[in-house]
Amino acid sequence: MLAVFVGFEIITKVPPLLHTPLMSGSNAISGITIIGAILSVSSSNQTAMVLGFLALVIATINVVGGFLVTHRMLDMFKKKD
Amino acid sequence: MSSTFINLTYLVASALFIFGIRGLTHPRTAVRGNILGATGMLLAIIATLLDQQVFGAGTQALVWIFSGVILGATVGATLALRIELTAMPEMVALLNAFGGGASALVAGAVLVSDNDPSSQTTIATVASGIIGSVTFWGSVVAFDKLRGLLLPDQPVIFPGQQVLNGLLAITALGLGIMVVNEPATLSFYVGVVVVASLLGILLTIPIGGADMPVAIALLNSYSGLAAASTGFVLSNNILIITGSLVGASGIILTTIMCKAMNRSLLNVLVGAIAEGGGTKADADDVYAGRVKSTSAEEVAMLLDGARRAVIVPGYGLAVSQAQHQVRDLANLLESQGVEVEYAIHPVAGRMPGHMNVLMAEADVPYDKLREMDDINPTFEQTDVSIVIGANDIVNPAARNDPSSPIAGMPILNVDQSRTVIVIKRSLSPGFAGIPNPLFAADNALMLFGDGKQAVLKLITAVKEASS
Repeated sequence: MLAVFVGFEIITKVPPLLHTPLMSGSNAISGITIIGAILSVSSSNQTAMVLGFLALVIATINVVGGFLVTHRMLDMFKKKD
Repeated sequence: MSSTFINLTYLVASALFIFGIRGLTHPRTAVRGNILGATGMLLAIIATLLDQQVFGAGTQALVWIFSGVILGATVGATLALRIELTAMPEMVALLNAFGGGASALVAGAVLVSDNDPSSQTTIATVASGIIGSVTFWGSVVAFDKLRGLLLPDQPVIFPGQQVLNGLLAITALGLGIMVVNEPATLSFYVGVVVVASLLGILLTIPIGGADMPVAIALLNSYSGLAAASTGFVLSNNILIITGSLVGASGIILTTIMCKAMNRSLLNVLVGAIAEGGGTKADADDVYAGRVKSTSAEEVAMLLDGARRAVIVPGYGLAVSQAQHQVRDLANLLESQGVEVEYAIHPVAGRMPGHMNVLMAEADVPYDKLREMDDINPTFEQTDVSIVIGANDIVNPAARNDPSSPIAGMPILNVDQSRTVIVIKRSLSPGFAGIPNPLFAADNALMLFGDGKQAVLKLITAVKEASS
């Protein structure tokens, strides 16, 4: 709860300049579902494993794609310093 | 590996996520922030792999996990590195979809493998299934609209839409109650997912192009909430914390976008601007003989004597991909001693921050990209404002005409500058569907044409005028 409150305070300080990277970056961290997916793949239940595998693939796309594309964008903002 | 150690690692990872977002409060610290976030994610994944349930599950499970990660990482990296930066709205829509989809799938997986789930688990599973499916299909529709594939950019509205949406929501909740009562009957969960998917589609089709920033931000928030619900399914704190953070971030952005249009979220969601209150002025009355067309040469002469120019980019600039030409023009003007800045309206484009990314891609320094409240007071000291592919966000009717459908929407006060050049294909209205009195103002000149071509002509004309 505290984390969310602190997060709220910080997010309101992100300038409009960086709103797109904020979205793609938060997309990447919402890929935290990857943890649930990993746990599901290790399940002994066949159906759960298949569902978990699908979730794992798309959550990984989210994590890797999200962080990388955010990095690409932020790099453009940085190099003019 | 002890669960205390794993939980401690999760805590560290959550802290890294928060520090990561804090990095995004300034462009200089942003790259480091993103790397902190990625490090947090890596730690969380490693800790999960060391979990007894995973580590003890045998080689077969580990093989599946690694193949899944490699497959996802390959697709993710290819997408992230190959995609045009101008296609960022689509990319964000896709990422939203995957986040929501993954949550709904994990919740389903837990439901089938848990033989005797508690009611907390089943309630959270239903929430995760509903939010995740709405997010997935809503984002797919948003992606489709942004790409212009199957659905039109305009709102799709039909009679009884709200009633149908209401019925679908009630059905989804009803089926959800059945899931909680009889978790073993899987068809109920499948039903929840199917109905919520339909709802996701129907909720997004009435949202038109210019309202996309709100829709994208809201779906971003949903993808976080879906992850948080999945956290409750698994009783896993890091999912709850992180999901809530993303949910909060999306909600904050949604609020900012709605404020920038002076509309309520509800109003945006039902796609009501087309029939929204207020009387529409007739285009012929507004424009009648008062619109002055200009040429690149005339604009070059105006710019020759200017001390300060402000460029206002809009969605039309993104469509004609004119960002590099605009930057060339700005550099040329600066080399002749003109002060050039960019005025960025919060809802210009199709997602929060769209114009900033577009101009940053063209190497425009970020301190030249000025926010609306910052730059508005300076228009009175501006000799020439150049509006490229924007319409509603510079419509003075929002400020002057209380009966206008966009009355009260904050705008860029370009009409206060000495001269306004509007680069636009035609006098056709913007998304709000209303004429723009700016185009008929005494100090406004229309330079008709495609954004990129017009700017190229302007560059040539400015070079000739100065030589």
